[in-house]
Amino acid sequence: MADIALAHADARRTAPLPGAVDRRIEKSAPLTRFVLRLPEESLTAAGAALGLDFTAPINRAVTSGDRTALRLGPDEWLVLAPATDAAIPGGLAAGLAGRLFSLVDVSHRQTGIRLAGPHAAAMINAVCPLDLGLAAFPVGMATRTIFAKADIVLWRTSPASFHLEIWRSFAPYVAALLHEIGREYPD
Amino acid sequence: MTQTYRLATGGLIDRSRTVPFTFDGKAMTGHAGDTLASALLANGVHLVGRSFKYHRPRGIVSAGAEEPNALVGVGRDEGHYTPNLRATQVELYHGLRAESQNRMPSLERDVGSITDRLWRFFPAGFYYKTFMWPKGAWTKFFEPRIRAIAGLGRSPAAPDAARYAQIYAHCDVLVIGAGPAGLSAALTAAETGARVIICDEQAQFGGALLAEPGKSAWLAEQRARLAGFANITMLPRTIAFGYFPHNMIGLAQDLTDHQGEASDDAPRGRLWQVRARQVITATGAIERPLVFPDNDRPGIMLADAARTYVERYAVKPGNRAVVFTAHDDAYRAAVSLHRAGVAIAAIVDLRESPAGPGLDAARTAGLPVRTHATIIGTEGNLRVAAVSVATIGETKSERIACDLVLMSGGFTPSVHLFSQSRGKLAFDPALDAFIPGTPAEPTIAAGAAAGCQSLEAAIASGRAAGLSATGQAVAAPVAETGAAGFLGEVPHGRDPASVRAFVDFQNDVTAKDITLALSEGFRSIEHVKRYTTTGMATDQGKTSNMNALGIVSKSLGVAIPSIGTTTFRMPYTPIPFGYFAGYARGELVEPVRETPIHAWAAEHGAVFEDVSLWKRARYFPRGAETMHDAVARECAAVRAGVGLFDASTLGKIEITGPDAAEFLNRMYVNAWTKLKPGRLRYGILLREDGFIIDDGVVGRIADDRFHVTTTTGGAARVLNMMEDYLQTEFTDLKVWLTSTTEQYAVIAVQGPRARAVIAPLVEDADISAAAMPHMSVVECRVAGVPARLFRVSFTGELGFEINVPADYGRAVWEAVAQAGQAHGIVPYGTETMHVLRAEKGYIIVGQETDGTATPDDVGLTWAIGKAKPDFVGKRALARTALASQTDRKQLVGLLTADPAEVLEEGAHLVADPAQAVPMTMLGHVTSSYWSAALNRSIALAMVRNGRARIGQTLHVPLPGRSVAVTLTDPVFYDPEGARLDG
Amino acid sequence: MLLIPCPYCGERPEIEFSYGGEAHVVRAPANATDAEWTAFLYQRSNARGSYAERWRHAHGCGRFFNARRNTVTDFFEQTYKIGEVPA
Repeated sequence: MADIALAHADARRTAPLPGAVDRRIEKSAPLTRFVLRLPEESLTAAGAALGLDFTAPINRAVTSGDRTALRLGPDEWLVLAPATDAAIPGGLAAGLAGRLFSLVDVSHRQTGIRLAGPHAAAMINAVCPLDLGLAAFPVGMATRTIFAKADIVLWRTSPASFHLEIWRSFAPYVAALLHEIGREYPD
Repeated sequence: MTQTYRLATGGLIDRSRTVPFTFDGKAMTGHAGDTLASALLANGVHLVGRSFKYHRPRGIVSAGAEEPNALVGVGRDEGHYTPNLRATQVELYHGLRAESQNRMPSLERDVGSITDRLWRFFPAGFYYKTFMWPKGAWTKFFEPRIRAIAGLGRSPAAPDAARYAQIYAHCDVLVIGAGPAGLSAALTAAETGARVIICDEQAQFGGALLAEPGKSAWLAEQRARLAGFANITMLPRTIAFGYFPHNMIGLAQDLTDHQGEASDDAPRGRLWQVRARQVITATGAIERPLVFPDNDRPGIMLADAARTYVERYAVKPGNRAVVFTAHDDAYRAAVSLHRAGVAIAAIVDLRESPAGPGLDAARTAGLPVRTHATIIGTEGNLRVAAVSVATIGETKSERIACDLVLMSGGFTPSVHLFSQSRGKLAFDPALDAFIPGTPAEPTIAAGAAAGCQSLEAAIASGRAAGLSATGQAVAAPVAETGAAGFLGEVPHGRDPASVRAFVDFQNDVTAKDITLALSEGFRSIEHVKRYTTTGMATDQGKTSNMNALGIVSKSLGVAIPSIGTTTFRMPYTPIPFGYFAGYARGELVEPVRETPIHAWAAEHGAVFEDVSLWKRARYFPRGAETMHDAVARECAAVRAGVGLFDASTLGKIEITGPDAAEFLNRMYVNAWTKLKPGRLRYGILLREDGFIIDDGVVGRIADDRFHVTTTTGGAARVLNMMEDYLQTEFTDLKVWLTSTTEQYAVIAVQGPRARAVIAPLVEDADISAAAMPHMSVVECRVAGVPARLFRVSFTGELGFEINVPADYGRAVWEAVAQAGQAHGIVPYGTETMHVLRAEKGYIIVGQETDGTATPDDVGLTWAIGKAKPDFVGKRALARTALASQTDRKQLVGLLTADPAEVLEEGAHLVADPAQAVPMTMLGHVTSSYWSAALNRSIALAMVRNGRARIGQTLHVPLPGRSVAVTLTDPVFYDPEGARLDG
Repeated sequence: MLLIPCPYCGERPEIEFSYGGEAHVVRAPANATDAEWTAFLYQRSNARGSYAERWRHAHGCGRFFNARRNTVTDFFEQTYKIGEVPA
């Protein structure tokens, strides 16, 4: 059915979080997402290919332009970019020819939400056991962790705002829980 | 009543705010700042409960968390009712409704008190000894009746209507207790810039100083300093109830209980899980009762508690008091009460020649002191009326009328939390008490909890703890000061068998019960505790443990340190369950996972079932269809035309890397090296013990890229298992694993017309039978979006599974549904899927298999790559025990003699239904359905040596009858597999 | 809740981890004798005191690692990456 072009398909995407959630809980725009695995010997070349510093330490985000890479494991990055950025697979393939790497598209696997406000850290700490003090969890830190009964990626984008990446079927649960927790924290 | 026992001046209560409340329906008033206990005492009420076993009238004993008697139920209705609250901790609020417990019909006239008159027949261990016969009578007859009589609070009859909050917090120093030591510790630590949390169970910080009017200026200054530190979090009304490993402390913070009948919109309380680098336990000390005959009458209370009621709450706990002590502190209480207008009839001191400033002050005030004396008995029914005082060793006694008895056996440091942290206690002979010794966690005890009895020592030890907790040098060790008191049963010269001197008020354990246990041969304090139940009530023996130890020590002639203590357990005080449930209630109890197509299914009337956390459409009833009708219709549609099924919940793992095929070789039983890109294979995964743990179709997308599917429930388990082998065992392989379960929506189109339906939607691929045979995969576009199109069948029919990025799932599903309209496409659910696969004899892992099935057991030996040198489970399949076992359960089909009979899944199979019970079981039914295609019932079963029994008849015994079944091949429908090609 | 030092991420709360049983159990090859295979599959030292065990930082970096934990005190003596030799 050639009359349904991919460009039109974006309008037909069904997000796992329909509607507004809470004024402090904002759905992120559609993103392109990749799980990128790089052995040590590929870090520099991959960095040159995508314009991102893959030598930054674990549990840190590096951003360049619209692209961000969250180093979630010693050899694992979650690469986030606008949905319109289609150059990542090709760029990596060209830049890493002959070198080992693994790239898996997970754009639709998860959904992003942004939580901002003076009580953002407390709201997350309601059910997340990490120390979210700025000394222990500074701006730019990003890690997988536990949010009640969901596994999330937590990335601090400013002292009072966080970006959460959640597997899509867990997103309504996380959003509803944040909304419930938010009742205690009128901003 | 009008607060006739309220003093005109003094105290921390707000006389301008009168607070009405009811107790057992009786209207009374108190003031803001009162506890329920102080307000009751202000109204002259001491009798607040009946005891657990004997239903003895009991009164308020303490002014704090250690209260054993004054347990009340509080709440406006069943949804807000909390039983077993200590009246001494309940802050009074406007309209508070409290009721006493364990009495019927009323506190004053309680029918259960018959047990008190029969007390000689209820010794320790009475229930164990008495209700052993006849067999079964305990659970059916005795226990329910005894429980109705012996008990404390009742459970609320409605669900908890309140909301509860939770939070995880971290700090450098957590100070538990905001008395003089805790305040000093927190301030000292905060001066270094450390993150400090200080909590206290009471509404106001100050601890014991709240009952010291002379120290109010110092206290105010400390509080003001606390407020000046941004790095201090102050948590009043917060009980530290549990000390968990690695310095995690559980706190329960009351948020709205004290505000009265608040809206449920605001949470009632918050559970804090605090991870602290250092903990300082400044939890104070608890005064010990004295164990003398009939020491449990209402009006008999701890001396320091009585002083607290006078000084903090401006309440006179009685008019005429006898003070019975073995510790100097009670003299302070006597003087305080004397100044408040309570007549001190006598101060009875067990000690031969006490001395000190307390005694001097009492003598200066003209209070009568009798030393080397004891109380040998008390009188009074619902309130103490008199005591009999005798010189120790003499029988002649003096009767002294009174309505109040103060008692003090000295102070027991509150080492509960320290002990919960597994720190070793040390016995201090000077204090006759256990104090914190060697810690197991980074924890420091300070103040009275460490044995410091004077204010100066407490403040100094708090400061030292604050320094030490922040890594600073402590100038000089803090000298612990204080005096011992008395442990055990006081001398009274009466026949020990004829008196009851209570040790544990809440569980009604007397000194005689403990000596009886010892005489019956119990020696370990843990055994004595369990036999007598001393210290096993909800107060965990806060006021009783040391006296019980004293009795054991004296009876056995063994020093207390050699006896040891019983184990302190969390919670320090009972905490409502709601704190632990937190947000996990109702829809938030756990995640509900929905597929991208869920909303469409819901809109089209699907009935859902839970599969792990997922909601899956089970069937799509039309009109008034039953499940049976709907499933029969859906099955027929798939077999004759085409059906549409949401398979999105299947687990998916992307396996990439140059060694991906070799990794699969080592994980799965199958051989993968020769699988060409674009082809699929059914894979079986074993555990190392050779039993099937998962299965699924695996597609080779490229030389170095596989698309693996798992069962819905096994997705996380399989990925974890694969990561385990990859990271720890097969570390030579260049392979990476990524979960793609939620990346794809999976739309199964099954049935002879499946190709005709999807063909117009597919771009960039030739899906003709020749170009795309069964078990192949192609990357293409479907309905305009990128897809991995599998030609695969779990129905036996021609079938496709369209994997598309999840956000497009619904749109593609709708496109397929629309394209299928002309072909009569029907959406079907998991129930139909189950029937269709059972007709084909396809197993479901977890239904046909139960964790003890090998590939051979379920007829899948063909899948094993026999030339492979190794794979997970290979060695196990070769084990001698397995090879020599000739009667393993094997997968077979069953056909009932009556085709209309649909067997129960789980039913057993026997050779002879007439044999005696217990019968010899030969197997069990694993799947059983009505087959529309065959117009009869079918079943799958695991039967001992089943393949050799095919053709034989076995029986399914049922209540009152049995069903004959014939064993068949498990493939019921299209055994040649011709339909796979449409 | 234990505080577990992940060799990659530092100290993290226990609920981010999954337990992996005794460490340094060598997988028996496909030609192992019954006795060797039994020892690999079923026999564990279950030590009282210092115990080598495996953990996975499942809700963190995802890595398996080894640890020595004292089973009496519950304190970790050390953690180290797969393939590393304990100090």
